[in-house]
Amino acid sequence: MSMTRPRPRLDDLTRPFWTGGAKGLLLIQHCPSCDGWTHPPLPLCRHCGREDHGFAAVPGTGTVDSFTVNHQPWLPGMEVPFIIARVAIDGAPGVYLTTNIVGCEEADLAAGDRVRVTFEEQGDIHFPLFEKAK
Amino acid sequence: MTMAGVEAFITGAGQSEVGIRLSRHPLLLTVDAIREAVRDAGLTLDQIDGVFTYPGKMDTPPGFSPVSSIDVIETLGIKARWHYGGGEQPAQLSAIAAAAMAVRSGVCRHAICFRTVYEAAALSRPAEFPQPRGGEVGGALQWLLPFGALSAACWTAIPAARHVQRFGMTREHLAAIAINASRNALLNPQASAITREELTLDRYMAARLIATPFGLYDCDRFTDGSTAFIVSAGDALDEISATPIRIAAMSGSVERYSWDQAEWPAAYAAGPELWQHTDYRTGDVDLVQLYDGFSFLPITWLEGLGFCAKGEGHYFVEGGQRIARDGELPMNTAGGQLGAGRLHGFGFVHESVIQLRGRAGARQVGGKPRLAVATSGGGPMAAALLLARD
Repeated sequence: MSMTRPRPRLDDLTRPFWTGGAKGLLLIQHCPSCDGWTHPPLPLCRHCGREDHGFAAVPGTGTVDSFTVNHQPWLPGMEVPFIIARVAIDGAPGVYLTTNIVGCEEADLAAGDRVRVTFEEQGDIHFPLFEKAK
Repeated sequence: MTMAGVEAFITGAGQSEVGIRLSRHPLLLTVDAIREAVRDAGLTLDQIDGVFTYPGKMDTPPGFSPVSSIDVIETLGIKARWHYGGGEQPAQLSAIAAAAMAVRSGVCRHAICFRTVYEAAALSRPAEFPQPRGGEVGGALQWLLPFGALSAACWTAIPAARHVQRFGMTREHLAAIAINASRNALLNPQASAITREELTLDRYMAARLIATPFGLYDCDRFTDGSTAFIVSAGDALDEISATPIRIAAMSGSVERYSWDQAEWPAAYAAGPELWQHTDYRTGDVDLVQLYDGFSFLPITWLEGLGFCAKGEGHYFVEGGQRIARDGELPMNTAGGQLGAGRLHGFGFVHESVIQLRGRAGARQVGGKPRLAVATSGGGPMAAALLLARD
């Protein structure tokens, strides 16, 4: 997908996720009290309600749950096709990301494939995309 | 089952002209539908005391919801004791469920429910209906749009593709739903602007892909029109001249309000919940009107409602015989949204009422149907109604 990606609005809750890639980190909201993971981010832990949670880096690997090959150019200039996937994130049980699988043809991808994060920089945003793990 | 107090009935149904790029003002289309529904019930406007809609007036997406409950109150001089139009409800049919709660609680006696869509007209008149300008994305959409997942087609394709990958669903299975819709739409005069010829498997397969496994004919089409109902209290039926259709059960459960964190679309929560509120069972149902904004969604409803096991919905529709008008479970007999346009949920209830009253003309299902399920929604949104002719 070659285009300017819609830019997420950064605030204190969403900034860690969208900018963690500057340091090569995939950051997900994590509760030190119950070890629960909350995504999308909230001002409290969605498992135990604790408010002094933080963000923790996950390994950056995951498993493709399902994916679609998008053929429709929804915006002018959008290059198609490209792969949109739902990826189960290692180390953060219950957290899934909608993302793109890059560097890979449709025919070479299957549900259950292992993938690794790669960040695409656009200004201060670092979009977490995934590529097939070697 | 015991049901405290009065029950709720759909006593009137109306629909405006339905088409593509209509010139008639969306408020006038709404008035057309409402006047027909009121007349159908045998009421007059001064007997109406509630107005309910979904999702309330919105400027974006253009034409998605151009008329508010307040517009209707003002335009028709309704003496409303309650009105509501909002999007934070479990999918489109929740507006009808809210009206049912209002009449059952005694707040209203006869309530209007309507849904007006004007997306095709709006798209063709951008000066009047400007597209939203790009800009930063907040809220739930920020987790989807940056990855080119700009449409519900993409979001729905993900669980659909999982059915392909995990359960062996094929595009031929999805085609059976689209072809069934087109056959039924050809017998629905209100669908004449949407479906002009029967969809063949060849044409389905040759159409351009949108987001695998969806091609063009797996997606509903922007449509202009308004659908309206009158929902009445069970102790006010002596004022009604039409055959009342009882809302025997309703459900709108959701497990996780997210397009990608939830494991399954909400049909898998709202479906089983429906049967918690009735003694009827799936075997009692004569016909189903299942939301088909995308062809995969009826499969989630068939599974969620328990007409078959999870992961087997595509086998249920295979070949199309079972869901045909003369099949064991006639489905989307007016053409659904794939065949009759994106009336956004309300078309399914309209057709249920017409079929249960035996007034569907050339597309009437045989055997004097008494019980129908109508649903709306996909992703995290779901609402189901069980409708009975007693």
